[in-house]
Parts: sequence; structure tokens; C-alpha cells
Amino acid sequence: MSAISVSHLGKRFDDHEALRDISFDVEVSELTAIIGPSGCGKSTLLRCLNGLELFDRGRVRLGQITLEMNDNGQRELQTQLRHLREEVGMVFQSFNLFPHLTVLENAVLAPMVVKKQARSVAEEKARALLAKVGLRERMDYYPSQLSGGQQQRAAIARALTMEPKVMLYDEPTSALDPSLVGEVLGIMRQLDDEGMTQVVVTHEMRFAREVADKVLVLHDGELIEADAPEVIFSAPKDERTRAFLQSIL
Amino acid sequence: MKTPNIVPHIARQFTAATVLGGFRRWMLLALCLGASVANAQTPAPLRWAGDAEGGAPYLLPNPKNPREIIGFEIDLMEALARNLGRKSVFVQNQWDGLVPGLQRGNYDLVVNGLEITDDRKQQVNFSLPYYVCGEQLSVRADETAIQSLADLRGKVVGTLKASLAQRILEREGGIEIRSYENQNNPYDDLAIGRLRAVLMDWPIAIYYSKPNPKLKFVGETIGRMEYGIALRKTDTALLRQVNEALLALIKAGELQRIYDKWGIGNPETTALFVQIAPELQTAMPAPSATPSQMLADFSRNITTQLTWQQRLQRWRIYLPPLLLQGAPMTLLISLLGMAVAVALGLVLALIYLYAPQPLSWLARAYVELFRGTPLLIQLYLIFYGLPNVGIRLSPLTAAVIGLGLNYAAYEAENYRAGIQAIPRGQMEAALSLGMTRAQALRHVIVPQALRLVIPPVTNDFIALFKDSSIVSVITMVELTKVYGQLAATYYDYIGVGLLAAAIYFLMGLPFVRLARWAEKRLATDKRISTTAKRRWLGVGAKPA
Ligand SMILES: Nc1ncnc2c1ncn2[C@@H]1O[C@H](COP(=O)(O)OP(=O)(O)OP(=O)(O)O)[C@@H](O)[C@H]1O
Ligand SMILES: [Mg+2]
Repeated sequence: MSAISVSHLGKRFDDHEALRDISFDVEVSELTAIIGPSGCGKSTLLRCLNGLELFDRGRVRLGQITLEMNDNGQRELQTQLRHLREEVGMVFQSFNLFPHLTVLENAVLAPMVVKKQARSVAEEKARALLAKVGLRERMDYYPSQLSGGQQQRAAIARALTMEPKVMLYDEPTSALDPSLVGEVLGIMRQLDDEGMTQVVVTHEMRFAREVADKVLVLHDGELIEADAPEVIFSAPKDERTRAFLQSIL
Repeated sequence: MKTPNIVPHIARQFTAATVLGGFRRWMLLALCLGASVANAQTPAPLRWAGDAEGGAPYLLPNPKNPREIIGFEIDLMEALARNLGRKSVFVQNQWDGLVPGLQRGNYDLVVNGLEITDDRKQQVNFSLPYYVCGEQLSVRADETAIQSLADLRGKVVGTLKASLAQRILEREGGIEIRSYENQNNPYDDLAIGRLRAVLMDWPIAIYYSKPNPKLKFVGETIGRMEYGIALRKTDTALLRQVNEALLALIKAGELQRIYDKWGIGNPETTALFVQIAPELQTAMPAPSATPSQMLADFSRNITTQLTWQQRLQRWRIYLPPLLLQGAPMTLLISLLGMAVAVALGLVLALIYLYAPQPLSWLARAYVELFRGTPLLIQLYLIFYGLPNVGIRLSPLTAAVIGLGLNYAAYEAENYRAGIQAIPRGQMEAALSLGMTRAQALRHVIVPQALRLVIPPVTNDFIALFKDSSIVSVITMVELTKVYGQLAATYYDYIGVGLLAAAIYFLMGLPFVRLARWAEKRLATDKRISTTAKRRWLGVGAKPA
């Protein structure tokens, strides 16, 4: 069974049709890259996967949890969203670390509050994950004392402390100095090797080409092409994909 | 002579205890106050109220020792209480609040030159009159144009608020009336030319106008009024006892002796006494010929020009300890009031921002209502209005709740601004980690918002600190009330005023420093702090 299954997803903002009838599957342990021109709906799609954005039509299934915008009660929807989010880690373009907490405190907060773990248990796990992303020496620093790359690595470690089945990234390296992009992509590469299921919205075409198992191309709210990277980057079927790739390469 | 303290029972009980006693204990004490006041040995003391702020010869702080209240009404009540075999206990209360305070049961009698009028008789019972007098017109010594009431047309004339004098001036018509709360200020304004004349109860004129060489009396007294002791309508037994005691004092010549002592004996009062007790017709002692020692002392006190050295001496050594008596109460009210405001304000802001419709709307309405109406009226409603529906709060509790409820509205807006200033990504990150909205607020949003609002909240605390002076209207004696009493007693508004201002400033300072320290310590931007110069140049830490 696939890790994520999206069928006939539709979403509109007032008069703007942001997502039109989108369907795709994400297989376990695969890395899926979502590309497309600015404003085509990449972030919106990703945010629909963890319920930060509610959609109007269609269905999202993530593991055992199926999200459908039928007329479930508000309360039922809220619990469903919470269960969903426990299964999904999210990494943002602007890191969104909690500035009033140290890196370590950032990483233990959710396990303690949501999973009711003891501090000692949560810290042990957090320390291991922070060490894994190369922040062993920076655990007691505040986010404002870190570089952008360090902050994004801390944010990834924070998401991993909740032991998600799927990791979502919304342009994780777009706010970074080019010299720092590598360290963040490196971690995602490592997670891929370890078998994590990941969905990445990105403009890093080289990364998408080398690491992704599948590339989705969005255009004006439509999924115009979904295929292996070799196909997308070497022989795209859709004229619009070709135009988009030409414009950025 | 036993004289009561100007800081009432309640205040003393609180200043004696230590502020470190813990919030809970304070709240408990505050709630117990009502009970502790009533708890006394038999026979119960006779509790009566008046306003001793610059109130010669009725009630005034003794210039030789301002902790004592003296006055002919003190002497009267001592004699009356002795006659009833009870102890006289004076309760300080703002003049405006005397009758409301009686109604809500803070004390059992009001004795403060209260004229017996039909209006007041609707609300309270009056004893036999204990004193009669008319209104005396005073002008500057060099005044020639004013000989009588008729000459006041088109002139600015000062008098006491809601008094017979004011009614006389209004009836006369065409006079520009200035109403004062306080009896010495109009004579000061007359002397410096803000007023052309002052019309006041004769005993007041005897004390504040007659000794002043810059002023003079014109004409005989105008009108006639009787002072009576006010009691609650329901206290008929007490009324009978008070009247019997008054009659006994009149017959024994004791009241006459008190008025002679204070130099305010007059033919009208003598005539009243004879009318009440016809047997006095022959036995009445002739008005004393020896001048009043009290009046002479008072005159000397207000007319003597102190040298600068004497003044400095007084400011440095004599006044600060007296003023500081009021300081702990100011501090206590402010701290407790702010605690209520900060806690309630946060709840209001969260309800407004996150609760479903009817609740959110109510929080909004609360803020608008408490922000949009005067604190003074809110205090009156809480202290004098709530007893009508069976809620009787002690003055301290009422003060804390009144200030707390009012300031909560401002704090709610501070928090709202603070919470809304936190970037949306913070909530999204918290939700993405599986937190509920409430958990996200509690652990992520509110802690950051609290840090942001430290400066405006400190600002409000300093404002509340100074606003706390308003609680003197509900019988609290705090720093500003003590200032008023002392300034009126020594006729020194500048010196005492500067001292009181300095005390406010110095008391506020530690809190300002504390807030700065907390702000720095809790800052979310932990990089090396930016100096003004670096900020100006735009280098160093960028805003978090
Ligand atoms: N909350 C919103 N309200 C109204 N319109 C929105 C909202 N969020 C997104 N949109 C619109 O939906 C469309 C898709 O937005 P989205 O952020 O998903 O684009 P994107 O592909 O992520 O672009 P970028 O590459 O610039 O991040 C855009 O036209 C955007 O203006
Ligand atoms: Mg985007």
C-alpha cells in the first residue's frame, strides 16, 4: 500500500482555483519532488497533506488516516487532523523554530507536550537526532544564534523527534545562502537512504534529478506530469514542463 | 484626650504585616476584613465618619502631631460616646462618600457639619441639631465694591460644593459660582485674586478667613442651617439613644463648653439649645469671654511665615515619615490590582482571539465597556452599588477588584497586540508537530507574546500605581490622601506635593528596573545587545 494517496483534490481561494483535480500516490521510502513555476500551488498542495490547509473536494489518505471534507463535525475533524499531523513532519522555508527556546528545548517540546514523554526520555532522543544533523555543539544555543543552515537542520531534527512516517518540506533551502544549501540537502539524502518517505517542494533541480524517485510537475493548479526524474528532465511529455524547465535552467 | 489615628484600623493592619507574606494570604486577609472590623469587645464601639482633610474646626489632623485627628466634632463624639458608655471610633471617609458609606454599613453615624436638609432626610435620619450657624461672606482686605450679597452679581465667588452657601448663591442669580471640595483652597484663591468673594459656613470663615490679614468679613451671616448627626433609616433605637445623649450634653452645658473651647459659640446655637431645653433659659452660662486657645493656635499655624530653614527642616525630617505611612497601602493596592489585571487581561485576550462567537463578542464588549467608562464610576458602583444586590466588599477588596477589572481591559489589548505580532508560522509549526491549538498557545505563542508586551504592561503598571490614588473615594487612606491631609494641615501644597511626588517616583523605579531586566533576560534575540550607536548605524543584531 502506498504511503500517501491523493485523489481528485480540489481547492479554491475565493475566485482563484489553486488546485484542480489532483491525484497521485507516494510509495513508502520514496522521495517525491514537486516542481513548478511560482504560484502554481505547490505549497498549497503540500499544506493540504498535513491539514494546514483544508481542501474543498477529493480525498487524502495517509497511512490509516483518510481525510475527507464531508460534513464531519468540527470536533471530529480537529482530532483527525491532530492524528494526521502526528504521522507527518513538516519543514518550512522560514524554519519556524521557536525563538524563545534553545535548540534542545525546541526539540523536546512536542514529545513532552503531545506524547507526554518524560523530559529525560525526550532529551535523550533529541540529543541523538541533533547530533545526527550535526548540531551536537549547538544544542543549548537559541535559534537567533545559529546560521540559516543550522536552523533548518535543527527544524528537521525537531520534526523527526515525533517519529513521523512521512516528512514534508516546503522549499527547505530557498531562504539559505547557496553555500549552506548542501548541508540541508545532505540530511534529506541521508534520510532517504534510511528509508524515510519524503515529499519535497523544491527549486533545486539537480537534487530532484539525483535523489527523487518521482517528480510531480504542477502548473496553474494542475498536475501536468508525474514521472521518474530521468523522464521529466530528459524527455518531458508536456510542452509546459519543457517551457518551465527551460526557463530555470 | 484620646484621639483616633488618621490611618484607620484597616490600613494599619495591612501596613504592619509584611508584603512578603504571599499573595494568597493577602487575598485571604482582604476577604476577612469585613469580619475583623465587626469583631470587637462589648460594648461595641460607636463608629462614626467624617472627612478630616483640612476640615478645621470640625475635623483636622493635629498640626503638632498629624497622626491625631482633632476638632470640635471629635470632642462632641467623645462626650456623646462617654454618655452612652461606648468608645468613639472615628472613620476617615471622603466627604462625597459619607452618606453612601453610611448606607452600606461602613459605620453607624456621620458627623461632619452635615446640614439637615429635606433632600438628605429622604435618605437618612437626623438627630437633634447640635449646632446652628449662617453663611459668612469674605472678600480681600482692599475690596470696596462688595458690601452684601447683592453686589456679587457678575463676580466670581467661591463656596463649598453642595452647601447651603451654594444654594444661596444660586438663588441670588447672575453669580459665577466656583464650587470647592475643600474649605481652605477657596480662601487661598480669594487671596491671590482668582475669586472676588467667598461664602462659607461661619465656623469655617472664623478659622480660615478671619486670621488671614489679606482677607476681611463683610456683613452679618446670611441664612440659617442646622448640623445634625446622620443615621441609617433603620437604626431607630440608636437614633433615640443619640438624641437622649445629645439632650443630656446640652443640658449639662457640655456642648456649649466644647464650642467655647473651639471659639465657635454663637447666639443662634445658644437660642437653639434654649428652644430644645427651655429650662436652660435661666441656667445658660454666659458665652465664655476668654479667647479660644484652639483658634489662636490654628491661626498662628496658618499665618506664620516659616523661614526657608524651618521649611527645609520640616520637609527633610518631619514630613517624609508621615507621608510614608500612606505608601505601603499604595504599593499593596497597586500590586494586587495589577496581578488581577494581568491575569484577567490574558484570559480576555485569549477568549477574544480564539473562543467561539458569543464568548469572543463578550470579551470584546468587556474591553470596550471598562475602557470606555470612568474608573471613578466603576469604583463607586463596586463599593456603593454592589451592596444593593447583597455583595459587600471591604474597601481594600473593592479597590483591588475595581483597579484590576479596569486595567484588565487595557492589558487584554496589550496581549492581543502581542499575540497577533507573533508570526503565523509559529502556530503552524506547533500544529504541524501535533500540538492542539491550546497547547500551541500555552507553550509557543503566549510565552513569546508575554515577552513582547513587557514594556507596555510596565507602562500600565506605572499608570495604575498613580491611578491608585483614586481609591481614597472609597475610604482607603493611601499616599495621595495622606498628602492632601498634610498639605491642608501645614498649608504647604508645594513642599508636601513635591515630597509625595518623589515618593511615587522612587517607589515606581524598582519596578521599572525590574521590567528592563526581565525584558533583556527574556529577549528572544540572544545575540550581543545592540548599543544605540550600533542601532543607529544599522549594524549588529537585526530585529528578531
Ligand atoms: N491564503 C490564501 N488566500 C488566497 N489565495 C492564496 C492563499 N494561499 C495561496 N493563495 C494563492 O494560491 C496560489 C497558489 O499558491 P502557493 O503558495 O501554493 O504557490 P506556490 O506554488 O507555493 O508558489 P511559490 O513557488 O512562489 O511558493 C497562488 O496564486 C496564491 O496567490
Ligand atoms: Mg510556496
